[in-house]
Amino acid sequence: MSTTTKERDLAPTGSALARLRTKRWYQQPMFGRLVGTVAAAVLLDVMSGPQGSREDVFFSLDKTLGSLRVVWWIIGAVALWAILEFAKPLYNRYLAASVGPLERFHAPVTGPVKGLIAQTRTTSANLRRILWVRIGFSAVVIGLLILLPNVLSTFWNQVLVNEVAIYVLLAIGLNVVIGWAGLLDLGFIAFFAIGAYSTAYWTGAMPVEPPFTLNAFLVIPVAVGTCLLAGLLLGAPTLRLRGDYLAIVTLGFHEIIYLIAKNADGFTNGPRGVQGISNFGVHIGVLDYDWELDPVPYWYLLIGIATILIIAFLRLEHSRVGRAWTAIREDEVAASATGVPTVKFKLMAFAIGASTSGIAGVVYASKARFISPESFLLLFSVLVVAYVIFGGMGSLWGVIIGTAFLAWLPQYMKDWVNPNDRFMYLGALLIVMMIYRPQGLIPSVRRKRELSMAKAGLGDADAMSEPAGGRMT
Amino acid sequence: MQPDEILDYLIPGIMLGALYAVIAIGYTLVYGVLQLINFAHSEVFMVGAYSALLALTWIDPSSNPTTFMSVLLVAAGLAVSGTAGAATAFTLEKVAYRPLRRRNAPRLAFLISAIGASYFLQNLAGKLFGRDSRALPTVFENKKVFSVFGTQVTILQLLIVCAAVLMMVGLDYLVNRTKLGLGIRAVAQDAETAGLMGVDIDKVISRTFIIGGFMGGIAGFLFGLHLQLSFTMGFLPGITAFAAAVVGGVGNIRGAMMGGMLLGIVESFSSPIFGESWRYVSAFAVLVLVLMFRPTGILGERLGRSA
Repeated sequence: MSTTTKERDLAPTGSALARLRTKRWYQQPMFGRLVGTVAAAVLLDVMSGPQGSREDVFFSLDKTLGSLRVVWWIIGAVALWAILEFAKPLYNRYLAASVGPLERFHAPVTGPVKGLIAQTRTTSANLRRILWVRIGFSAVVIGLLILLPNVLSTFWNQVLVNEVAIYVLLAIGLNVVIGWAGLLDLGFIAFFAIGAYSTAYWTGAMPVEPPFTLNAFLVIPVAVGTCLLAGLLLGAPTLRLRGDYLAIVTLGFHEIIYLIAKNADGFTNGPRGVQGISNFGVHIGVLDYDWELDPVPYWYLLIGIATILIIAFLRLEHSRVGRAWTAIREDEVAASATGVPTVKFKLMAFAIGASTSGIAGVVYASKARFISPESFLLLFSVLVVAYVIFGGMGSLWGVIIGTAFLAWLPQYMKDWVNPNDRFMYLGALLIVMMIYRPQGLIPSVRRKRELSMAKAGLGDADAMSEPAGGRMT
Repeated sequence: MQPDEILDYLIPGIMLGALYAVIAIGYTLVYGVLQLINFAHSEVFMVGAYSALLALTWIDPSSNPTTFMSVLLVAAGLAVSGTAGAATAFTLEKVAYRPLRRRNAPRLAFLISAIGASYFLQNLAGKLFGRDSRALPTVFENKKVFSVFGTQVTILQLLIVCAAVLMMVGLDYLVNRTKLGLGIRAVAQDAETAGLMGVDIDKVISRTFIIGGFMGGIAGFLFGLHLQLSFTMGFLPGITAFAAAVVGGVGNIRGAMMGGMLLGIVESFSSPIFGESWRYVSAFAVLVLVLMFRPTGILGERLGRSA
């Protein structure tokens, strides 16, 4: 008898269950969305307000939260919320109903579609044709890019070289590290600085005399070597550890390089920077040409370097190395178990990225002829990371287009938006991208699939976990 | 450096170390439950300092406050900075990390989101409060309290060390003796199993952020009493504190306290030995050395799942 009463006590009664099931009105998801929308509006109000002043801490807050504009923002947010909430049932009833969701996805594969599938099946002849189409298309794009400076003003030509082209070069390099190997490198600009200071040193512009001076072109292999070495020295101890240590160690490395550039006065000339770095020049027999103040020749040079790097990296992506990176990214333990030397390939990606950054540094130093520690702030490292993510990490074309767009945008917007706020918007962009579109603007098919696989609990989609085995091979 | 100067550097080193330890705990707690380097924690620190600045400016103390007023101001500063830090960390988790957790996103995505949040908060503060550095209003006159072998200890140093020790003792109790602490340890060990055992993972993670944020915010206020405020003030203490967490053994709370103390003292001594401008390099040098020879930190990893 006693057991039955106990069971009755334990079994939830109908009313208790009902109480558990009912949500209070403010717990409904639609009110959660209302709070979110209003909070976003208040944040936007604060973000778009005037710059703070030195005298009064409250100045900017007074002008935004303390004035009538915040009320307008909130009204706007509530209106937007109401429209979305009440339009949704209408949409569902009248528009979405006309084509049932099931019908849309379960449409049978009929004749013409089957034919299409058969057509796209690649034979070797098809492959060759696709290759030629690609080469032709690339040639047209490069041709258009070569002609581009002719239609732009001098200011935009400078932007094209100093901002767009240099950052695209950096992003191509970082894409190898982040996009293909799945490692986070936050000290990418440190290698850029190493490249730039190498140029200054080997062309004899630093306070310390080199054993012999080199032409800026010849500095490129030297800088690549230096950056490779630095990358190996930095990566070898850290890549054996858990992947996210790399992020913090590269961050620290960047700070060390920056502090050396700033404080080693006798060697780097300290905060005053180095002046009079020599330009690129070719002096072989009849060929006698110097790159000077005009940005356009640098544009051609950068197109050349970028093209070579893109071809090399595309080859690399589909080689054994690229497949190893993919394997590590998708499941490091499995890769290691099937005999992929994970640490070696991660180190390789890191070093390749570093040397690309070094090349960009050489071009930058030789173009600007003046470098100072302020050209190598940590901010720029984060900026390149943001560019790569925005474009779609792992997809080379996405990265190039995304970087070009984001490097151009602040110059275009500089009359309306304070350039200092750029990093605020970039930070917000990174968060929003990670939430809504982690695969980036123009995603690589493979990355997209990995992300959706990770969502289902399969694989990692990055190389941030602890390496299985954990030893250099 | 003369032998009799050792205490002159040791005492500021202990003060700095106490601050680093408190910040490092914030990193280590989050790393324990999420396996994430919360880059935005340095901005929680900065928010703590700026919220204290706003509160104290609003109260508007005279330039020469009475003792009673000083105590009141310090209490207000601690309360406001702690609350603001906790609120920031809570919001951060809710907005930037929870959606990613729902989607089982790769750790790379978490790190990128953290960096984004860090830059967003940093530059928002820079925009709102101006990009020049400023000082907190005078809260108390920084008198010397007593001297140890001729080296004077000031009120500020005493306050910072006392507050830090109190917080650390409290946290140690919280993590090892309370139900929430049990939840935190369970989630850190194995989140999935903890969930099956009836631990509300979301709640535990969110409260972990609140605890870390509270301590980080207070550290920001205390730091602001010591040095000037600027929108980038969080960066160097932040990454030094993270280095401290790794040095002590990431995920290990007592390790973080020890690592913080160690790095604070090392930094303080490196300025007379190597020169003032190199002091910030010392933390990274120690970090790289420790990672090379003892990758799991001095005390070893404890909370971490993959340890």
